[in-house]
Amino acid sequence: MKAAHPDALPIAGGTDVMVEINFDRSRPDSVIDLASVAELDDWGPEDGYLRIGAGVTYTRIISELGDRLPGLAMASRTVGSPQIRNRGTVGGNLGSASPAGDAHPPLLASKAVVELASSAGIRRIPARDFYVGPKKNAMRKDELIAAFLIEPSNGPQQFSKVGTRNAMVIAVCSFALTLDAKRKRVGTGIGSAAPTPVTAGEAEAFMQGVLDEGGLWEKRGEIDPSALVRFGDLVAAAARPIDDVRGTAAYRRHALAVLARRTFAWAWDEYRRKSVA
Amino acid sequence: MKVTFTVNGQRVSADEVWEGESLLYILRERLGLYGSKNACEQGECGSCSVYVDGTLVCACLVLGGQAQGRDIVTVEGIADGHALHPVQQAFVEAGAVQCGFCTPGLIVAAHDLLRHTPEPTTVEIREALAGNICRCTGYAKILDAVHLAAERMAST
Repeated sequence: MKAAHPDALPIAGGTDVMVEINFDRSRPDSVIDLASVAELDDWGPEDGYLRIGAGVTYTRIISELGDRLPGLAMASRTVGSPQIRNRGTVGGNLGSASPAGDAHPPLLASKAVVELASSAGIRRIPARDFYVGPKKNAMRKDELIAAFLIEPSNGPQQFSKVGTRNAMVIAVCSFALTLDAKRKRVGTGIGSAAPTPVTAGEAEAFMQGVLDEGGLWEKRGEIDPSALVRFGDLVAAAARPIDDVRGTAAYRRHALAVLARRTFAWAWDEYRRKSVA
Repeated sequence: MKVTFTVNGQRVSADEVWEGESLLYILRERLGLYGSKNACEQGECGSCSVYVDGTLVCACLVLGGQAQGRDIVTVEGIADGHALHPVQQAFVEAGAVQCGFCTPGLIVAAHDLLRHTPEPTTVEIREALAGNICRCTGYAKILDAVHLAAERMAST
């Protein structure tokens, strides 16, 4: 259907698309209703990953997958309101590809993969390569987002977001952290502070080095506060923020350093307190 | 395009619906159900809260065509005839209604909360109603009303 109507606008929960239509910012000739495609509502295990249909709502991610995907569930809880979480989907977030989308940082931190479907077949793209510009993704016009694949947590995960209130807020900036205790890896994701959602590769490498050198994964040892500060600075340096109505670039950098430091401290504290299977 | 669905238990149809039309527009302008209010048209204010297949949503964000075959309940379907629902009665008694514009959306959202969480804490009420904006009351009386409704519904 998408191949036959490449300009048709896909709509799922409508929480982005309907705003565009209601405000007459876009007037598509045709729309494809994905909310009525039952296959997109399924999720299940696949080769050690969870394959989650693009139509699974934030409400369901929180209630059905919160134990296995704590980082994504935390981010989902900050999306809009109950009404919005009942309709909005991660698939829609990926389709809109707004740098401020709340699902993106945890997808990046957990190295999720996006599954695209077309009449030519299926292709899978790492989330890290999926965001190509502000509100632009790597999807072709004949493709639709079918699902995303993400590994269940192998350690503590965190998400933190700055906004003017707890609900109904677009992120001023946000940060997601995944600790992979199995592979001894650190994953990051930054939202709303660059033209696209981005990772902080240097910060990840730095922290992995600190943890490896000190044998801290095995010892479940304490982290030197100066390492946390350095981690925060490297996360802030990975951002490319702008001044806009929600905040200044300088504020975003400062806030990201704080979020990174705090979320790492919380996650590491959780790792030290309990053994992770 | 023609859209057919159930609203408050009755089968209804709307003809010549424009493809970009919202469920809210159909309810108000084509079916004369003015309880769901039209304010922000972007899902921010909650004034158009309705149930679609039992799920609380903003009617302004549901594309008309997406309502095809669905079961819709609006604020008009909350009361039992002329007998107010306990949530509605509690809003009246607690003084949770001032100008009244946000009230229908808050009634539906509070109704949904109490279906899932019969004895909510104040924090749970705040989170459940975070998507409903009221510009008059300052919310204190609304919180009182939801607590009152919960007490009454628990004792019946």
